[in-house]
Amino acid sequence: MMIPAPLLRDVPPGHSSSGRLERALRSGRFVVTAELNPPDSANPEDVYERAKVLSEVCDSINATDASGAHCHISSMAICALLIRAGYNPVLQISCRDRNRIAIQGDVLGAAAMGVSNILCLTGDGVQTGDHPEAKPVFDLDSTSLLQAIRTMRDDGKFLSGRKITSPPPVFLGAAANPFAPPLDWRPLRLAKKIEAGAQFVQTQYCFDVPLLRSYMEKVRDMGLDEKCFILVGIGPLASARTGRWIRSNVPGVHIPDSILDRLEGAQDQKKEGRQICIDLIQEVREIEGVSGIHVMAYRQEKFVSEIISASGVLSYESLVRQPAVRAAKE
Amino acid sequence: MYSLRLLASKNARLFEFAYDLFEPIVHALAPLWRTIGYQRVEKPFSAVERWTKGLMFDCQMCGLCILSSTGMSCPMNCPKKIRNGPCGGVRSNGNCEIEPDMRCVWVDAWTGSRQMKGGDKLNTIQPPVDHRIQGSSAWLRHVREMPTGAQAAGQTDAGSAGKT
Repeated sequence: MMIPAPLLRDVPPGHSSSGRLERALRSGRFVVTAELNPPDSANPEDVYERAKVLSEVCDSINATDASGAHCHISSMAICALLIRAGYNPVLQISCRDRNRIAIQGDVLGAAAMGVSNILCLTGDGVQTGDHPEAKPVFDLDSTSLLQAIRTMRDDGKFLSGRKITSPPPVFLGAAANPFAPPLDWRPLRLAKKIEAGAQFVQTQYCFDVPLLRSYMEKVRDMGLDEKCFILVGIGPLASARTGRWIRSNVPGVHIPDSILDRLEGAQDQKKEGRQICIDLIQEVREIEGVSGIHVMAYRQEKFVSEIISASGVLSYESLVRQPAVRAAKE
Repeated sequence: MYSLRLLASKNARLFEFAYDLFEPIVHALAPLWRTIGYQRVEKPFSAVERWTKGLMFDCQMCGLCILSSTGMSCPMNCPKKIRNGPCGGVRSNGNCEIEPDMRCVWVDAWTGSRQMKGGDKLNTIQPPVDHRIQGSSAWLRHVREMPTGAQAAGQTDAGSAGKT
């Protein structure tokens, strides 16, 4: 029996991939992606269980690559499982654990398997994970990784210049943190990643909407929102204590006092955390240039559906609100 | 040395000025290096480079120096060796996510580059490091590669010295 090769699937004109994420973003409607918390297990059911709760509301599910430098089931394996089940995952590739030879091979393998979205990350340092004694690789960084995969896709060449017979049709993403210093540099940094090949970005958790607004203002002034789809990172905080812990222990996550005060003052902090999340989504979607949200609900995945539904971003009215087809974005 | 490194990015303009003076001299002497033989001058060159840049910038001798594009802050001091930084983990006080007591080298790169004439070179996409040339002199490589094609000329042909 002939197995249809995913590579030969039609890539719509003006698209880089045949995937649902790119189609959804280019359609102009509000898009929701979510991060799957990878199990420490060799049982595929554990992956499906976690994907199922997210899939009700998500266009795409991110398969993290040993995030926080902790060992889990690999992003490649999660993608293989999710594709088999009909999902459109985002393969996260970090530069921490593999060199350019391994990564480029993985890109071809992933595309052959049907992966249509790749998120290029530098990765967390090994020191932050559960194997601090491991050898950090960092042969490439997020920007040079973007450029390498774009070269593979558009020029059909490896970094060595050697020809690829069938290039990988992938939609390329990057991470952005509008909330970490140097704040003035962040929009320029986004521009650099776009120049290197980023077509969509997923940001770090947003808890400070005014800061995001001023970032987006610069992004719009530079015309970057015309060249790249921006998905804002969102997630519910379980309690003020958790929020405080994240603020002091997870570098790069900025949580203003006002959020923690609001949690502290609530009777049911967990519920309030979800309400804050809903409010943030509603504020974020109003910002011009924001194409969607990226939900990171660590250990609260079962509430993602509820949060998204309550926010109204997937209601009929909001889906038809932005009819403009933004096919121009490359 | 950490304190000197901080000083260097604080005075990036001065170092840019000094480098702009130094670079043409090394280039002008290219025929001399060629006559002696690049391989022969490699050792003293890399020794001097290692010592001076090591002292001033905590240079890691990656062999592909981009200090003038990174606000005189050496990216190889980033624990993740990011050549196109900063990452998203910079702490609110501007320090590194991995080494909390060290200022992020890319925060220094930003402040340094803002003073420099060629500060916008910070936006240039840097290619990954060539691990074969680690430990070798970046100055000498710069001299050898500046006049294109002259590398080969140095050994095989007595042609022009190229522009310096």
